[in-house]
Amino acid sequence: MKPGFVKKSILPGFSLSLGFTIFYLSLIVLIPLAMLFIKSSSLGMAQFWSVITADRTLAAYRLSFGTAFASACVNAVFGSIVAWVLVRYSFPGKRIVDALVDFPLALPTAVAGITLTELYAPTGWIGQFLNVLGIKGAFSPFGITVALTFIGLPFVVRTVQPVLEDLDPQIEEAAASLGADRWQTVRLVILPVIFPALLTGVTLAFARAIGEYGSVIFIAGNMPLKTEIAPLLIMTKLEQYDYAGATAIAIGMLLISFVLLAAANYFQWLTSKNLGKV
Amino acid sequence: MNVKWLGVLVAAVLVVGGASFAAPARAEGGLALLNVSYDPTRELYQAFNKSFTDFWQKKTGAAVTVQQSHGGSGKQARSVIDGLEADVVTLALAYDIDAIAKNSGLLPVDWQTRLPDNSAPYTSTIVFVVRKGNPLQIKDWNDLVKPGVSVITPNPKTSGGARWNYLAAWGYALKNFNNDEAKAREFVAALYKNVPVLDSGARGSTTTFVERKIGDVLLAWENEAYLVVNQFSADGYEIVAPSLSILAEPAVALVDGNVDRHGTRSLAQAYLEYLYTPEGQEIAAQNHYRPRLAEVVQKYAGQFKQIELITIDAVFGGWQKAQQTHFADNGVFDQIYQKK
Amino acid sequence: MNTRTEPVVIRRLFIGIALGFFGLFIVLPLICVFYHAFSKGWVVYLQALAHPDALAAMRLTVITALVAVPLNLVFGVAASWAIAKFDFKGRDLLLSLIDLPLSVSPVIAGLIFVLIFGAQGALGPWLRAHNIHVIFALPGIILATIFVTFPMVARELIPVMRSQGNEEEEAALTLGASGWKTFWMVSVPNIRWGILYGIILCNARAMGEFGAVSVVSGHIRGLTNTLPLHVEILYNEYQSAAAFAAASILVLLAIVTLVAKTVIEAVIRRGHTA
Repeated sequence: MKPGFVKKSILPGFSLSLGFTIFYLSLIVLIPLAMLFIKSSSLGMAQFWSVITADRTLAAYRLSFGTAFASACVNAVFGSIVAWVLVRYSFPGKRIVDALVDFPLALPTAVAGITLTELYAPTGWIGQFLNVLGIKGAFSPFGITVALTFIGLPFVVRTVQPVLEDLDPQIEEAAASLGADRWQTVRLVILPVIFPALLTGVTLAFARAIGEYGSVIFIAGNMPLKTEIAPLLIMTKLEQYDYAGATAIAIGMLLISFVLLAAANYFQWLTSKNLGKV
Repeated sequence: MNVKWLGVLVAAVLVVGGASFAAPARAEGGLALLNVSYDPTRELYQAFNKSFTDFWQKKTGAAVTVQQSHGGSGKQARSVIDGLEADVVTLALAYDIDAIAKNSGLLPVDWQTRLPDNSAPYTSTIVFVVRKGNPLQIKDWNDLVKPGVSVITPNPKTSGGARWNYLAAWGYALKNFNNDEAKAREFVAALYKNVPVLDSGARGSTTTFVERKIGDVLLAWENEAYLVVNQFSADGYEIVAPSLSILAEPAVALVDGNVDRHGTRSLAQAYLEYLYTPEGQEIAAQNHYRPRLAEVVQKYAGQFKQIELITIDAVFGGWQKAQQTHFADNGVFDQIYQKK
Repeated sequence: MNTRTEPVVIRRLFIGIALGFFGLFIVLPLICVFYHAFSKGWVVYLQALAHPDALAAMRLTVITALVAVPLNLVFGVAASWAIAKFDFKGRDLLLSLIDLPLSVSPVIAGLIFVLIFGAQGALGPWLRAHNIHVIFALPGIILATIFVTFPMVARELIPVMRSQGNEEEEAALTLGASGWKTFWMVSVPNIRWGILYGIILCNARAMGEFGAVSVVSGHIRGLTNTLPLHVEILYNEYQSAAAFAAASILVLLAIVTLVAKTVIEAVIRRGHTA
């Protein structure tokens, strides 16, 4: 191992765990993904560029990333409130609520899409009220955001929850005994501790939302340039046996998400490092 | 002790995983036939397979199971190209089987000449489904472009059935405007302006129309239309036959490369030929596919409405050309949506 | 006064917000599923579940999860150990690479395995010559499932392990415990909640995956249809009651894992006090 590659630690198992991580990562993720690049390379650079910068592709990217971002924001706020309430408060039916958090994951995405469309369509339980307010529930970017929020919620709750559960009570008691009021304790002591986990959860929810197909396809409406998500464009390319075009759009999505993920991870690392120094 | 548990866990995973590789994808014992088909034929082949296995048992004494796979026609064709070992394919468009022949070489390119009637033992067409009492009095294609009429049809880019819908509308416009392509394009553009949702598949569109109550008229396969009317009889849907529509020929073919591997050639051949027998034709007719055999046509004449049917070869010069002109990227369909 | 909680009003307000959001986004769709599942009555519900195709689909789904989840668990523990306990160059990059499968559209996740193992793919001709079935058979379904659930456990564990710090392990090692012993006796108990949630999350996602599996399954009835695919098939056959019945099984499976979690929780507690 090169000196300076890893900071010295007395903990064992670095080579083993990192070695296995990289091996498994390569086998399951990196080598298969490399196939995408090989396949799309048959297009040539100019053609690749024209596929991913076509009006429709750009509109689809905008829609996919925009709605994914909106849903991640909604989940960041409400997901952490749900996690907080589940860990800290007791109320009737808490166990049930806790058990149901994973529901969106367990539901096949196609069923989720059908169910949500049913609820938010103009005739649906929720859609009819939205209709009165003049909001188009299903078949609009609003509907897509709803579906993605549904899909992403467990990621936020389930990453924040264990950290909250493990939070040392003494920290808060110490803060309180030092004269901090409750709001200060939450804001200055608890929030920074859960922030890395929260960011992880939001990132996961966001990442998952970008590529989501099954649940969105029913509620989206699929109108070109308006409610056509990027994964749908991939499907339309595949229907024409255009594997190279499909992989090109996929690579475009992949690169954008990779940059966003890397930025989020870097940011998260910074905050948790600062926290460690306190 | 914990390390031991980990060992047991890893071993268990390896055993299950290894077994999965060893497990054959096909049922052993007795002959099995895999029929890879498209979405709306589920009910048809459920009935047909039963009839065929009885027939085969009586004829040869051998038990045979027919396995079914259904999905979007294009997707199913792709699966066969990528190695799904179909013995026979029964898809929505000859175009999709052409793609299998071209991209995989599993069957010869002249496959369509190997069975009678362009290898299409049954046909269908595109009709309208309207709500109870037909409140908007929709009678023909020109009623669909009127402002305020909401039309439900799937996305031709992802759905085989939707391409038939589109081409039928185009064919009607060509005839009405004396083959003026520009006018036909305007007509079809006006029609798609009235489409509020483009579902990715035909059954998605049906759901939008039936369960979400969106739209005034659904464009559908004739057999699907009957299925909707029967399944949701309480809602009183009605079928409207337009003055002109398109002859849809869902094609069937034997996949040579796979049957030779499986040793199922004679069985697969018999399976497809059984589709052309009076029994096979009856089953098709009972499932609202238009039969080919004259005697069965006559028997079920009352069931199918008289519609003038155009063919894709005569009007569009075949599937390859229609696909290139209309549905490929930047084809006519895309241009309709790009024009603001 | 308890210093770890808020005034009643605020507490109620938060519970209200959480439950309101939860009700709108989770409970309502859930009710919708069961409402449809039972819309034709108990008999249809049970018939739908006892159908041979449904049983085959359940078996396939369970087998898939039984392989995919443990593999991802082992990976998750190894990855989080390397990433959370050590400070090395390229760690952010590694972390981002681990997240990557999540943002790959499920359609593409399936497609990449088709590109490798398909008849036209890189390994296709060789596999065909040796009569090995990967895609359109169980191995392909398992591979696709592993891919889409890849980061689940790792991502759950990394923040938990990181918030623990290294002090306890360092203490154990200084006191002469071996590396494995330290890991099992010190680290694992500390991250057990993370492991549990990770397994639950991974399992739920593995059982519910639709898009990627749909691409590699081949949709052969009774053979390569997982439960989610079975649901879609039923729905497309206009048997929406049966479709939602099968879907409700997936929901129940998730709830069973949660109950299991609660039981394990109790057992561990008892073990500690005893």
